[in-house]
Amino acid sequence: MKRRQFNQAIAASVASLGFPGLVKAQGQKLKVGVILPRSGYLGLIGQSCQKGADLAPGVIRDMLGVDLELMNADFESNVDTARTRAERLIQEGAHVLVGPFDSGAAAAIAQVAEQRGVPFIINIAAAPQITEQGYKFVFRNFQTAPDIVREGLSLIGSLFQATNAVPRTAVFMHVNDTFGQAMNKGISAFMPRLTQLPFRIVDTISYDPAAKDLTVEVSKAKAANADFLLLVCRLNDAIILRREMVKQRWQPMGIVSPGSPGMYEEQYFKTLGKLSEYSISNVPWYNPKAKLTQVVEKAFLKQNPKDRLVFHGLNAGFTFEACLIAADAFKRARSTDPKTLAEAIRQTNITDKMSLGGPIKFNAKGQVEGIGSACVQNLNLLPTVVLPAGAATAKPVFPVPGYKKA
Amino acid sequence: MKKEIIYLGILAAFLAAFPWFAGPYALSIATLILYLAYTGQAWNVMMGFAGQLSLGHSLYVGVGAYVAGGLFFHFGLGPWAGLWAAMAACVAFGLAIGFLAFRFGISGVYFALLTIAFAEFTRIGFDHLQWTNGPGGMFLRVAQRDHWDLLNFRGPPFMYYYAMLFLATAAFLACAFLLRTKAGFYWQAIRENEEAAQALGINTFRWKMLAVAISAAMTSVSGVFFAFYYNNLFPHEIFSMGRSIELILGPVIGGVGTLFGPILGAAALTLLSDGITEALAWLGVEIPGIKQVFYGLVLLAVVTFLPNGIWPFIKKQMKL
Amino acid sequence: MSVDLVANVVIAGVLTGLVYGLMALGLSVIFGVVRVVNFAHGEMMTIAMYAATVLFAALKLDPFLCILPVAAAFFVFGYALQAALVNPFITRPEHSQFMLLVAVAIILVNALLMLFGPDARNVQLDYQLESFEFGRILVDKARLYAALAALVTAGLLFLFFKFSLAGKAIRACADNHLGALIVGLNVKHLYAMTFGIGAVCVAVAGCAMVLLVDVTPPLGPAYTLLAFIIVIVGGLGSMGGALLGGILIGISEALAGLLIEPSAKSMFSFGLLILVLLFRPQGLLGKRS
Repeated sequence: MKRRQFNQAIAASVASLGFPGLVKAQGQKLKVGVILPRSGYLGLIGQSCQKGADLAPGVIRDMLGVDLELMNADFESNVDTARTRAERLIQEGAHVLVGPFDSGAAAAIAQVAEQRGVPFIINIAAAPQITEQGYKFVFRNFQTAPDIVREGLSLIGSLFQATNAVPRTAVFMHVNDTFGQAMNKGISAFMPRLTQLPFRIVDTISYDPAAKDLTVEVSKAKAANADFLLLVCRLNDAIILRREMVKQRWQPMGIVSPGSPGMYEEQYFKTLGKLSEYSISNVPWYNPKAKLTQVVEKAFLKQNPKDRLVFHGLNAGFTFEACLIAADAFKRARSTDPKTLAEAIRQTNITDKMSLGGPIKFNAKGQVEGIGSACVQNLNLLPTVVLPAGAATAKPVFPVPGYKKA
Repeated sequence: MKKEIIYLGILAAFLAAFPWFAGPYALSIATLILYLAYTGQAWNVMMGFAGQLSLGHSLYVGVGAYVAGGLFFHFGLGPWAGLWAAMAACVAFGLAIGFLAFRFGISGVYFALLTIAFAEFTRIGFDHLQWTNGPGGMFLRVAQRDHWDLLNFRGPPFMYYYAMLFLATAAFLACAFLLRTKAGFYWQAIRENEEAAQALGINTFRWKMLAVAISAAMTSVSGVFFAFYYNNLFPHEIFSMGRSIELILGPVIGGVGTLFGPILGAAALTLLSDGITEALAWLGVEIPGIKQVFYGLVLLAVVTFLPNGIWPFIKKQMKL
Repeated sequence: MSVDLVANVVIAGVLTGLVYGLMALGLSVIFGVVRVVNFAHGEMMTIAMYAATVLFAALKLDPFLCILPVAAAFFVFGYALQAALVNPFITRPEHSQFMLLVAVAIILVNALLMLFGPDARNVQLDYQLESFEFGRILVDKARLYAALAALVTAGLLFLFFKFSLAGKAIRACADNHLGALIVGLNVKHLYAMTFGIGAVCVAVAGCAMVLLVDVTPPLGPAYTLLAFIIVIVGGLGSMGGALLGGILIGISEALAGLLIEPSAKSMFSFGLLILVLLFRPQGLLGKRS
């Protein structure tokens, strides 16, 4: 054979000898154990998160050339099952775990992951303690409860600035669960420092998350005669509250959540129709203008033609990003060895991402700092990002049209 | 009798050697089974021995967990010291409930509802207790250890398995012993016919209170284990009605009042639950809720056709 | 704390209480006669609520009109459930009965989950969000209608038990099981009938409740517990007792929420239950057995 061909042949064989890792990694799949509550009281949310996981392999193959194999497990909203399912996934060969939405389950799974030395990327869980345990294998790409409060409150300040509104008083209603309590504490801690917030809280009303009747609570809130309602809620009680407000003919300047689920979820719109308009939630969210968001949205619509990504923004978005982090680390590590993967995850620096805020970078505790929140207002029966201005697709409306001071 | 002891011996040897050949997943399932077996046995003392149906037993698990956990969280008090405080608290609760119930002649369904009411009352109470962080959950400081740190109850899954095995065995032996004592006979008399027992001169109040106290104390240990195994506690989780029901499934299905019933029931139900999940996964069925439907159907079948539980049925078959 | 606020809250509490009482009526009937602890009571009401939403979605029927078909179906369902499943359990110990109905409840809840999914269902009617205005008092229309339904149902039940032959026979069974057998009453049939009637009450309650609350599969257990509290407080086997118990619970929760902390208002219901169990276990309007 000609000399050039011979050289090329040598070069090719040397190349295949010299980069075995690359060849191996390209043939390998990364097994991602997706552990979510798809039944039980968190069932609706878990299924929402699952949609983000389901579209991940396709999108990530196109983006990064990495093959993901999803191993789905349902922990049934039960912490015992979370632990055993996590053990099962690891035993079946999961290289990395993703999940679980609930802080209690996250704490249980984290212990298993740390014990077995398998990286665990938390999609959504707000209890700060999880990343305070000195774990080496646990990572979280989500805000902690204090972060959520701080971001949420400062966004309220921006909201009032953007709309030139100056409400003087607020009544704070919150559900008495993990979220609500964290918010209550956070508000007491942060409010005095955020001097640019023009309002003060005249009454605080905490209510039972399981209550089906919130007449008394709304009566009390109405009697406080505040300018607007500061609300930390969940989906079911948000709907009940909104209805009760109509029945009791109470129309404040607006309903603003400094950070909680509920008012941006699909059921809120479906059940309340135009009553859902103008409610505001300040939550970690995806950037509607980001390049990756368009890609993910397309994939979402293909898999869920009758649904819209915007109703699952938080749940699906962060679950997808957790898978993305796993894939990105795998690509760089070129191996499925858990220790190597964990190291690679620690070095993550993803700028082409979906969620708002700075690049995905983990600090020494395994926590991503600088995830942004958005002011999401219900406009035209869709959750719409109205702040920050750079990511906004509409202008915020506050106070609600037709508001008359009583 | 000899046959029984041989079988028990084989079982004990199997359980002792289990972690050495089982994978981590099987180990976690086994630990869970032993936990349910132990707690079921503790409940069984009150129900099976003294005939008082407690449907709010999660109260003792929760109080035990929170007392020990709280002392550890706030004062760094290790689980061994916290254990005594937990037991004391639970015994106090149990005696209070028992006193209120028995003095006022409440029994049967009414007693069961009373226990539910107390459990729910306590749940909501803890939801508002700032000392334990209310609904936000109490997270205990975790320390991963490869070696057994019994003082702080931290270590590899092996340790937790053996701890639970020890508890379950101790409970089994303690109950076996109790049944043969005077207390055991009095309890059986009270369970069969309280009025007749009273007529015979037995101070039924005193013996019922004893059963309640022992049951509460035993259950509190369960709670302490839970606190240091899962390291996070939420009132709506640990005091829930669901947990109360979960506790009693084992003994009721296995055989109320029998010694082996709770253990067998816990094993059967946990393996059933996991088995259905595995079978559905193998078949590729992923409909949320279908697993629990199958589980419920099996429960229904067992309750309808084996009213005294699985163990008496098996005992007969094995001619023990 | 203005008078308006207290008045509004108390009135709402009474109305809500009546609705709860309606829900508890069925349990009072069943428990009072058959003496079976129906721990699947809330789940049965959940099914009734789903039935109402399905009828509404298909035929745009107002839930109050749904009452007739749903109640009829439920009578059959209750009768069948008792005859086929529950009957052998009457003589069995309580924990067995409890286990049976827990199993039934698990199956029902998860079957609903499979059929309907985890999303909440509801009916959408204009008057659901309207209130009657009496000066400074606002009265929720839907709640008022539901409360009226409760009173009507209780009244009809009362007439049935007092004047009809079947009703008297059922009361006889409840008062003296052995005597009823001796006299030649077909106790099994009467028990099944009672379960059927209890189920009818549950159906009415479900149709009324669907106007106030969205239905999801796990809705049942909380209502089961509430129903038991009301029945015990009000008195077993007493129609008036169920309504009275409901009103008491409704008012106490409302006032507790108003004066103390709304998130702790359920504690008062449980506290009330404990007090009643200790000092008047037959309930306020019940008879000492």
